[in-house]
Amino acid sequence: MIKKIFFLLTLFLSFSLFGAEITNWQLGFRDPASPVMEKVNELHNFVLIMMTVITIFVLFLLLYVSIRFRKSRNPNPSKRSHHAVLEVLWTAIPVIILIFMAIPSFKLVYQQDITPDFDMTIKVIGHQWYWEYQYPDQDNLSFESYMVQDEDLKKDQPRLISVDNRLVLPTNTVIQVLVTGGDVLHSFAMPSLGVKKDAVPGRLNETWMRIDKPGVYRGQCSEICGTGHGYMPIVIEAISKDEFASWIIESKNKFAKININTLALADNN
Amino acid sequence: MVYGESLNQEQGSHNHTPGFIRRWFFSTNHKDIGTLYIIFSLIAGLIGGFFSLLMRAELATPGLDIVADGQAWNVIITAHGLLMVFFVVMPALIGGFGNWFIPLMIGAPDMAFPRLNNFSFWALVPALVLLIVSATIGTGAGTGWTIYPPLSAKLGHAGPSVDMAIFALHLAGASSILGAVNFITTILNMRTPGMTLHKMPLFVWAMLVTAFLLLLAVPVLGGAITMLLTDRNFGTTFFNPAGGGDPVLFQHLFWFFGHPEVYIMILPAFGIVSQVISTFSRKPVFGYLGMAYAMVAIGVIGFIVWAHHMFTVGMSADLRAYFMLATIIIAVPTGIKIFSWIATMWGGSLTFETPMLFSIGFVFLFTLGGVTGVILANAGIDTVLHDTYYVVAHFHYVLSMGAMFGIFAGIYYWFGKMTGRQYSEFFGKIHFWLFFIGVNITFFPQHFLGLAGMPRRIPDYPDAYAGWNLISSYGSYISFAATIIFFISIVYSLFFGKKCPSNPWGEGATTLEWTLSSPPPFHQFETLPEFKE
Repeated sequence: MIKKIFFLLTLFLSFSLFGAEITNWQLGFRDPASPVMEKVNELHNFVLIMMTVITIFVLFLLLYVSIRFRKSRNPNPSKRSHHAVLEVLWTAIPVIILIFMAIPSFKLVYQQDITPDFDMTIKVIGHQWYWEYQYPDQDNLSFESYMVQDEDLKKDQPRLISVDNRLVLPTNTVIQVLVTGGDVLHSFAMPSLGVKKDAVPGRLNETWMRIDKPGVYRGQCSEICGTGHGYMPIVIEAISKDEFASWIIESKNKFAKININTLALADNN
Repeated sequence: MVYGESLNQEQGSHNHTPGFIRRWFFSTNHKDIGTLYIIFSLIAGLIGGFFSLLMRAELATPGLDIVADGQAWNVIITAHGLLMVFFVVMPALIGGFGNWFIPLMIGAPDMAFPRLNNFSFWALVPALVLLIVSATIGTGAGTGWTIYPPLSAKLGHAGPSVDMAIFALHLAGASSILGAVNFITTILNMRTPGMTLHKMPLFVWAMLVTAFLLLLAVPVLGGAITMLLTDRNFGTTFFNPAGGGDPVLFQHLFWFFGHPEVYIMILPAFGIVSQVISTFSRKPVFGYLGMAYAMVAIGVIGFIVWAHHMFTVGMSADLRAYFMLATIIIAVPTGIKIFSWIATMWGGSLTFETPMLFSIGFVFLFTLGGVTGVILANAGIDTVLHDTYYVVAHFHYVLSMGAMFGIFAGIYYWFGKMTGRQYSEFFGKIHFWLFFIGVNITFFPQHFLGLAGMPRRIPDYPDAYAGWNLISSYGSYISFAATIIFFISIVYSLFFGKKCPSNPWGEGATTLEWTLSSPPPFHQFETLPEFKE
């Protein structure tokens, strides 16, 4: 019975039924698309239930005393100001509740922070106000990713979270992500994957991700970085390993040409 | 003899006040300085509140409607944050109510260092001017209230704005430290005979803990921003990796100050709420010692949790686990306080005057802000929620509804005592309900925005966030209307309020300030009052 109620509560409170894209009037997390985000989502639902129960309990007590002990119903106040058992209880019970919460929470921290054996590495560099992505395992393929300005938007591109060059990654691959900043602080954030790592100049931060489902995932810079802070989105396109292999070949060509062209331009100048 | 006559007059009259200039500009009287602080805070509150309204108006719909660009936006959010923290909440709670009521509650004639007290106040005025000027000259300081380098270094902000903001913080910090010294000395040395530490009113306990937090935390901020200043102007590289420095060092220093700072803003509100709930329940506070030592515990633990503001900077897993655990522990003393307030009301004889409404509202909304704090304390979950609107919602629940509700409870509770005229219950209740509805409509939907991933500090957002943002903006318009009613109510009560007797609240109001006339004489307790329990 208790299990059933718990399950129903989880269903009711787990708002993560919204897909990878944000929808208007969304109430909860986006659909998890990585094992870490699955766990974040689970833990959040668990903690949220406990916290909701506590809040409702406090609200109930407040309403109860406000009605039961108002002056017209209880004209003679009691003088009781101590109750040792009660005081011990409301110290001990929260401690027990918090221990219950802390156990899965510790597990998540270590799962999130300790990179498993990884299959490939990408390097992410935050700049004012664009992202630079490098693929050290794919002959140092590298390119920059700028937000698409409002006037250049194509039909299926949502405003402010579309970029010219997406960060293309293979699915079902453990990817080590190295993050650093080129000028000021930025933060590489991808809500659907449970990833957020500050891009700090002078530091190389490490995190990891494994994308379960192919698709387009969107995030935004999450550390204030100047006037363009709201205009440097992150867009990940996850494709199968085979598609990724052919994308790499294409892209090497494409970005090599761009680089040669820029060099030529520089020479002409 | 002229000399002798004037001497006699001074001794004869309790209410001999100096002339206008001497009274308000060279003041050494704790009540007058307290009044100055409260007026100062109301003015700064109007400016800071105007900025919030501007922000919500901009965010009401997608697209840039009001601000010119991201930099202008960043300047507004920075000014809003710094104003509300350093020039609204702290002056009202600490400088205002602390100055007014600590001497009255402990039976002292004045603060220990009256001239220092005057300096503390007047250091704030140029600080405010510097802060406002910093926002208006050059590009403005668009760094967020956390002023993280390198954005706040020459690299991100070349002009003089950030330097001016740093000087503003220096002055405000010096003012706070000196105020803290004054409060600690007053509370430890000037209690009337019989009032031991364990018999002080809880508001005085709250202020004592707050003063120690200020004394230990603010100098660290002073050091950090001075290092930033020399980085900017004299070629040091404390926070510049090009010279072997580290931007993350600044974050550690800032939050070593910044986390105690949030308790500095909420502890005095705890104190006020304890007084108010006990008064209107007509019962002594439940679990007095537990209440007092819960505040001490919150203060102590508050110094060892700072890096939970930095869960995404790239700390090791062990460090994240430690800061998570320490943060979660704070929920225990906070829980003790919440339950003790409810137990104080339990069995009481409750009436619901405006200060009581604000205090009950405080208990509930602070609980709500507290439980989202527990959710954020989980480092794993915080990875996703860090720097999103969830955090904005959380800290506005504990500050905009915690600290601000505490301030309003204090203003209504002591309005008659401070001015001699009682506030209008009619306006007070309208103010409470409008404000309660307004702030909840503003900030509750921001939890949803944060969960969906909307980052903080962005002037424009993807169209899918439009729904809740619009609701949130409507809420802020309601809060603004409530604030207008608050000011009308104050002006109305000052001129037309009923004369306030020395104790308008009856048997529940047991602290010493209610034994004095309303307003109290210019100098009170020339012979120390007898303290009976």
